[in-house]
Parts: sequence; structure tokens; C-alpha cells
Amino acid sequence: MSRMTMIEAIRNAQHVAMSRDEDVVVYGEDVGYFGGVFRCTQGLQEAFGPSRCFDSPINESGIIGTAIGMAAYGLRPCVEIQFADYMYPGYDQLTQEAARIRYRSNGDFTTPMTVRMPTGGGIYGGQTHSQSPEALFAHVCGLKTVLPSNPYDAKGLLIAAIEDDDPVIFLEPKRLYNGPFDGHHDRPVTPWSKDDLGEVPEDYYTIPLGKAAIRRPGTDVTILAYGTMVYVALAAVKETGIDAEIIDLRTILPLDIETIEASVRRTGRCLILHEATRTCGFGAELMAQVQEQCFYHLEAPISRVTGWDTPYPHAQEWHYFPGPKRVSAALCEIMEG
Amino acid sequence: MTDSATIQGEAIDKSDVTIEGEVTLPADMREDMLKYYKEMLLIRRFEEKAGQLYGMGEIAGFCHLYIGQEAVVTGVQAVLEDKDQVITGYRDHGHMLACGMSPGGVMAELTGRADGLSRGKGGSMHMFSREKNFFGGHGIVGAQVPLGTGLAFANKYKNNGAVCATYFGDGAANQGQVYEAFNMASLWNLPVVYIIENNHYAMGTSVERSSAETELYKRGISFEIAGKMVDGMDVFAVREAASEAVDHARQGKGPFILEMNTYRYRGHSMSDPAKYRKREEVDDIRSHRDPIEGLKKQILAAELSDEAHLKEIDKEIRAQVKAAADFALESPEPDAKELWTDVLKPVEA
Ligand SMILES: Cc1ncc(C[n+]2csc(CCOP(=O)(O)OP(=O)(O)O)c2C)c(N)n1
Ligand SMILES: [Mg+2]
Repeated sequence: MSRMTMIEAIRNAQHVAMSRDEDVVVYGEDVGYFGGVFRCTQGLQEAFGPSRCFDSPINESGIIGTAIGMAAYGLRPCVEIQFADYMYPGYDQLTQEAARIRYRSNGDFTTPMTVRMPTGGGIYGGQTHSQSPEALFAHVCGLKTVLPSNPYDAKGLLIAAIEDDDPVIFLEPKRLYNGPFDGHHDRPVTPWSKDDLGEVPEDYYTIPLGKAAIRRPGTDVTILAYGTMVYVALAAVKETGIDAEIIDLRTILPLDIETIEASVRRTGRCLILHEATRTCGFGAELMAQVQEQCFYHLEAPISRVTGWDTPYPHAQEWHYFPGPKRVSAALCEIMEG
Repeated sequence: MTDSATIQGEAIDKSDVTIEGEVTLPADMREDMLKYYKEMLLIRRFEEKAGQLYGMGEIAGFCHLYIGQEAVVTGVQAVLEDKDQVITGYRDHGHMLACGMSPGGVMAELTGRADGLSRGKGGSMHMFSREKNFFGGHGIVGAQVPLGTGLAFANKYKNNGAVCATYFGDGAANQGQVYEAFNMASLWNLPVVYIIENNHYAMGTSVERSSAETELYKRGISFEIAGKMVDGMDVFAVREAASEAVDHARQGKGPFILEMNTYRYRGHSMSDPAKYRKREEVDDIRSHRDPIEGLKKQILAAELSDEAHLKEIDKEIRAQVKAAADFALESPEPDAKELWTDVLKPVEA
């Protein structure tokens, strides 16, 4: 066991996966020689050589397209898109090809590939470096979408993603890379080294895709969150004293509806959180499914706190970000309902 | 067809490649020396100040400095007319200053204030000016290249005689959409000049590690677009090449590619571990090819000015930049309501 940041855990996961299977290759912009702009691939080229960890030109479409070809012929590429905001040139390849090869070929070919990308805001990245596009992947049949919230999960889920026989989108909340940021942007963040979830085994382990985790058991209300919003939820719970059960979805597709359903049936209330914009965000799908499964157990309308329906602003980052204040207010409101 | 064939011939003819020191200086050069000196110095001092404010925590997020590349925009801008458009990527402060946008407005956008050119919504990478025909400021690498091509299409359609100067980096030169745009520009014979600012690195990745063909001015050959390599550290070499390229486009002969051989001294953005190049490489270029120092030497040699006068100029520019910084720090935070403005045109009741 050792303490790792999320960056170290992601690096270590790729190292473990590459050691176990020589068909795993890692590439992307600045990934090889430079070790990645967030240092998530640092040391992999030294350890495995430039044929297994290498740089690509600035070609998101090319990165994803070539990964599909490699994957269809037996490799297991794990590619990095430097920021989720840069994924759009490769979105066509992801949705029309990666997500569809299994179906289209009647299962003759699959595309076991992982696409890693940092997601979310909190670093004053502005419009083109802060977006949370998870719903755009979840909406496409044929992709799995994973979004870990801590180093331990990140490692186990990333190895599972690489070993998975289908294409997996692996979104890394960049604001969590170094510690569990809870939305209090004016306070220092506790580093992962001081958090139990920063405790990561050096060896191989996996966390199954499609399984949520209960971060905090509670009885009053169920909060559904993933990524950074898990910590915002924890902060809001602490500040309001409301005994909420916080479910960290970890994988948004496939969705662990059983865990969600069991919790909401117990608490009778449900608050959904995400940083992405509201309209057609993943919260809309969660609301629909909770309503379908738990309607007769609900004691208040399901509600959600999300980013606003605006582009991600630069200066007004903290007006946009659904921080603890907004979540606390929603918690209080749902308890009155 | 013959026309473009000749152009293509020119493009691949090595003798046509302008390299360092081989430029014949135009006669009016003397008059312009001081002007370009001031323009380049303004960009440099502005960027130094931005770096300083960043260090003080007054600027947050991304901030890509243009230090080292000043001769490129200064030389190109010298041949543009008011009606011409300029579009570039995220390393855009120099372009905006060269276009005549207000240093205070740019700086206030960097500090995320209400008087910023995008009222704090855009930050360092995303600014625009209708007045100065500046179309951004784009954070997505390569995105501006088809946009600039579309601006050029509009010029042709409106028959307004304007040319679009479309800037992008050596890294951006590998994006697929750049080649879609090249083909369209050539096919439709559009008045666009593509200026590739080859500063030899895309973040931590050198041109050699990312490009099969490292001579980027050749990238238009299969589209029959003329290309030239230019010493991007020499403002007069840039001006001369830009003049040829802009004339070509303005005369209806279609697109032109200029590869500017230049260099960035600072990190890619503000947090750059700089492990991908040697300190000596940067120092060597700084001391041998610096565009501002180079021009200063020429000015002194031509006895256009003396050290004391140049110091005076520097003092004036520093004062101008300080005023911009003060403005940017005094400007209020943008109103929270601004978050929702300009997403779409409001539906009329
Ligand atoms: C589509 C897209 N991919 C990747 C990035 C991240 N990125 C920003 S700048 C950059 C390097 C670009 O280098 P170059 O075009 O040479 O311009 P320079 O920074 O040297 O001016 C990269 C990879 C981005 N902003 N957009
Ligand atoms: Mg470059």
C-alpha cells in the first residue's frame, strides 16, 4: 500500500495494465516523451519503450480512429485526450465507429479501447478547458462511461476499463487530481496523502464497471453524485447536518440502478448533482429512472443541482460551479417538501 | 490551371525560400524601423507584465505568452489594411495589440474584469473586436483555420477586396481540419493567407516528434497552395513575405502559406516544467536571433536613434503597459448577471 494522488494512481494503473498485457499501448498528445500535461503517463515511455507509450500529433480524430483499428485487431489501446473539451474532433469516430463496431459486425469485432480525458472545471480554464461532456457519451449506445472520484477507485476502474472488451470513456475530474476538492475554492484542499481514499495498493486489482459506492450512509435523502460533486455533497451534508446518503455512481453507464433504487426507496427523497449544464444533462436521465423505479416511495419531488445552461465562463467560474451553498439550499428545500 | 501550377512551382523551389539574413531591405525601411521597434516592444512589455500579474495571482487559468514571436504579427500587420481580418489561436495577446486593440481591454480580460474585451467570459484565449476586425482568440487547436477560410469566402462573395490573415501553430498544422480548409481555399480560390507560426514546439512536443514533413510551408503542395519559409525573427523579412502573400491573395490568386520560423522563449502556458528543451537552446536564440534586439542593432547602426532615445521609448512603453495593468486591476468584477447574457439572442416577447 502507498499513498497516491489521483494522478499517481492513474499512472500506476496503466503501468500495471501494461506489465500484465503486452497488447496494451498508451498514446496521445504530449503523452510519451513529456509524460502528459497532467503527468498521468510519466515514466511509461521509459519503462515500456516508445513503441508502447508514444506521442501523437494534435489529432483527436486520428487518435481515436487509430485506436479503434488497433483495438479491432487485438490491441488494447488506452489513449489520452488531453482535455475532454478537445474530444469533439474525435467524437465522430467514437460514436459512429467505436460504439458501433460490435453491433455492426454481429459481434465479430469489438473495440476494447479506453479513452482517458480530464473533465470538469475549477481551474479557471474557461470555455474550452472546463466542460463536462459525460452525457454526450452516455447518450450513445455502445460506449461505457466511467467517472472516478478518488485515487483508489481511479486505479481499480482504469484497469477494469482497459481489460473491458468494449470501448470505455474514462473521465478524470481534473480538480480532484491532487485532493478531494469540495467546492470551497477559497480554502486549501487536503492532499490525497491525508485521505483514506488516497491509500492505493501497488499491485493489480480491479473495481467492476457498473457498480456504485455508498460514500456516506444516511436516512433522510439520497444524493446521487459523481466526480467532484461527491465532495461538494459531503461538504453540504456537513454544513446542513442533514443525514443524507451519498451515492458515488462511479460508472454512469452501465448505471447501477439497483443501488440507487434501494436507497431512494429507503429515504424517499432524491437530490441529483452534476457540474455539467442542466438541460439534457445526465441528471435528467437519473431523474427519469428514479421516477420510473421509485415513484410511489417519493415524499418530495426529485430535484437537481447542476451547472447553469451557459458556456463555462472564465471569470465567473464560481458563479457557474454548483458549490456547497447551492447544494445545501437544495438539500434544505427537499427536506421541507 | 497554369496560374496555380506556376504558384506550386514557386512553392517547392528552394531558391524561393527566404532564410535568415537573405532579405533585401526595402528603401522605406528606415522610416519604419522605429515604428516596428515600438510595436514589438509594446507586445514584449505587455507580455512581461502579464507574466508578472499571473505570478501575483491576478491572472488565473491559462495564459500563453507571445514573447519571442513579436516580429511575426508586427511584420504581417504592417501590410494589412483595415478591412482585412485577423484570426488566431489562444496565443493571441500579440495579435490583438498589433491589430490596435486596447492594451487595457486585453489586460482586463486577462484579469477577468468587467472592462475586459469579453467582459471576463473569455479569458486570455478568447477575445474579439468587431472594430478591429479581429475574430479571436480560439482555445481549440486548429479550429480557427476553417473559420479564417470562411471569412475569406465572405470576402470573395462580397467582393470587398479584403484578405483574411489566419494564424496557427506548428502543432495545429497537424489537425485534419486544416487540410480540409486548405483544399477548400484553393478549390474556391479564396483570399486567405495562412501564417504558420512555427516556434518548434507544441506544448512539450517538438515538430520533429510530431510531423513527418517538418517543413511546414510545403503543407499546401498537394492543394496547389504556394508556400514560403520566412525568418520569423526578422520583422522586415516577415513584412516582405507577407506583402507578397497578401498581394497574391488580394489579387484573386487564392491562398498562400507562410511558415514563420520563430521561437517562444517562455513556457507553453504559465505552468510549464520546460523539460522538453534545453535552457541553452532558449538562451542561444535569445542572444542571437531576438527580433527586438536585432532591430535595435539595425537602428543604432543606421544611426536612426541612440541608446538614450531608445531608453526613452522603452520608458514610455513601460508606462503605457503599467497604465493598462492598473486599469485591469481597478476594473470591477463582472456582474453575476453577465453569466447568462449572450448565450443566444433573447426570444422576443
Ligand atoms: C483540439 C485541441 N487539442 C489539444 C489542445 C491542447 N493544446 C493547446 S495548445 C497545444 C499546442 C499547440 O501548439 P502549436 O500549434 O505549435 O502552438 P503554440 O502553442 O506553439 O503557439 C495543445 C496540444 C487544444 N487546445 N485543442
Ligand atoms: Mg508551436
